[in-house]
Amino acid sequence: MLEIRGLTATIDDKTILNGIDLTIPPGEIHAVMGPNGAGKSTLSYVLSGREGYEVTAGSVTFYGQDLLAMEPEERAAAGLFLAFQYPVELPGVGNANFLRTALNAIHRRRGEPELDAVQFLKLARGEVKKLAMSEDMLKRNVNVGFSGGEKKRNEVLQMAVLKPKLAILDETDSGLDIDALRIVADGVNAQRGPGFSSLIITHYQRLLDYIVPDRVHVLAEGRILRSGGPELAHELEARGYAGLVGESAEAA
Amino acid sequence: MAATPLRTPARAPNAALAAFLTRYDGLRERLPGPHEPRDAAAEVLREMGWPTPKEEPWHYTNLRPVEAQVFHEAVAETGDGTRLIAHLPAVAGPRLIFVDGRFRGDLSALPPDVTTSTFAEGGASSGFDLLARPKRDRLVALNTMLAEDGAIIDVAEGIDGGFLLLGQLTSGQHRRVASHPRHRLRLRRGASLVLLEVSAGEGEYLHNPVIEIDLAEGAHLTHVRLQQESAEAFHLSTVYVDTAARATYDSFSLSLGAQLGRSEIHARLGGAQAAVHLNAAQIMGGTQLSDFTTVITHDAPNCASRQTVKSVLIGRARAVFQGRIEVARVAQKTDGYQMNQALLLSPDAEINSKPELEIYADDVKCSHGATVGALDPEQLFYLRSRGIAAAEARMILVRAFLTDAFEAVTHEGVRAVLEHAVETWWNTTGRAAEALAS
Repeated sequence: MLEIRGLTATIDDKTILNGIDLTIPPGEIHAVMGPNGAGKSTLSYVLSGREGYEVTAGSVTFYGQDLLAMEPEERAAAGLFLAFQYPVELPGVGNANFLRTALNAIHRRRGEPELDAVQFLKLARGEVKKLAMSEDMLKRNVNVGFSGGEKKRNEVLQMAVLKPKLAILDETDSGLDIDALRIVADGVNAQRGPGFSSLIITHYQRLLDYIVPDRVHVLAEGRILRSGGPELAHELEARGYAGLVGESAEAA
Repeated sequence: MAATPLRTPARAPNAALAAFLTRYDGLRERLPGPHEPRDAAAEVLREMGWPTPKEEPWHYTNLRPVEAQVFHEAVAETGDGTRLIAHLPAVAGPRLIFVDGRFRGDLSALPPDVTTSTFAEGGASSGFDLLARPKRDRLVALNTMLAEDGAIIDVAEGIDGGFLLLGQLTSGQHRRVASHPRHRLRLRRGASLVLLEVSAGEGEYLHNPVIEIDLAEGAHLTHVRLQQESAEAFHLSTVYVDTAARATYDSFSLSLGAQLGRSEIHARLGGAQAAVHLNAAQIMGGTQLSDFTTVITHDAPNCASRQTVKSVLIGRARAVFQGRIEVARVAQKTDGYQMNQALLLSPDAEINSKPELEIYADDVKCSHGATVGALDPEQLFYLRSRGIAAAEARMILVRAFLTDAFEAVTHEGVRAVLEHAVETWWNTTGRAAEALAS
């Protein structure tokens, strides 16, 4: 369960998030949509603990823990995962080694047994296959020379191996063709269940045809302006953000 | 009003050198080999002193901390060898062990396919300036003057000599000492060898080895150097290499230890299609200074030289890389490449980089480049967001930075030794420095 209450965050003294309230119960998938500059990516970075943001008000609890007081690696061990909008390249770091190091670091922090190379490869190969990736991607350096679609699939692979309780997908659909989109969506849908929830940040409704959300929220000017069921995404697609943002401004 | 000219304070007398010259006078009759080269070296030192930062090749490395000390003659106690040997990496195979610059047969295991002898037992009498240039390189003159012993290694024509460890241990734990081992390697036509040269020790000392390497046609030497001297040590080493046609000198120098260290390599490509690789990594913390200085001389056509030098610096550490490439008029179709990259892990760390290309041939390809940077915060966050703790994430990125320099070391056992040495450094010096910095 993720509970965000009145979250306000600034970067270089500029307010980006301006009082966000959002609750994601276990097992649910929520989509956050909004125009460029609405604060969508900032929300994902503040939740995952990236440096450079200052939280000036509000709170975030994650399964009862104060998420904002935790280091990024502690958040990961607690079960939070961020699929990056722009996955980082790590030259000189092998993909398989990286994933095993991450998985074992999380296991260690949780007091669970670590996986040896053989156990890990068996697990990773299974997930690679499900994502229609070539096994070669495990041997390559992390994201180095990967196409845009391969990078996004690699993010989903990491999610599948690390098995988070909450996955934040930050515009994972951007730059994907329709086949890759389907594979990525299948990867997320495969995790669905009572112990998995997700926050899908997207600009377009397209991804939500494949991953049908329980709730859709509209984020603009640093606040959730509207929330609704999956139909809200279609309404946005039809009317655009401008109409909706204007309407809310009039109502206020 | 005329400005008062700035005056650099007069340099204090070189106490270390004065003591070495006195020692030579006392030792002269007992040293092996002919007197002439030693006397000449002493004369050079008496006349010119040793290098100061006023001389260009020594601009970035000031030997003043060495000069202030008096180094005693090393008289290792028997028990020292067995204790010092624990500083060598755990690697199986034949080994030649020197303690305080003297061969220790009791600690060595001779290689089966390689002829070995010592400088003290005959090596010196065959004359010992095969390739060394004591008149130009005055620390080599110091070695020539005082060298007592060293390894003489000879691999016969067509023989693969396999792996050999050359361990150089110095015992400075009782009092401040100096050792000047003098090694010579000869690989005959088509011969090959993997040499792991390790320098280590305890306490305060000066280790001043000279290695002369002669590679005949088609010979292949892999020379991996691990400098993990004690934290108080001074390490000043010089390697001379001469390659005949189609010979390959493949070297990697990893420097981790010493308060002040300089590794100097002079490699000459003397026959067509020879190749020289002078790769290095310098990983330093605290107030350490590490200098990697190379001179590659292309004296024949169609030769290649390659250099990737990486420095990882933390605390107030400083590293120097001076890479000079000389291409003679005859050396057409030379292919030279040099890359120097530094990773500065703290704001007070410093790298001094000086590439020098001197090209007299007109049909050559020579390139060089240098980069300096810190760890990328985006990469660091990416790793941490996957559950990897900050310190481990930094180590992963440091190791990744070193990867392409280490890749040149293809011998698996040797590479494991290097990786273990870096890991150990990180878990001691690196982490401690990080803790201070944060």
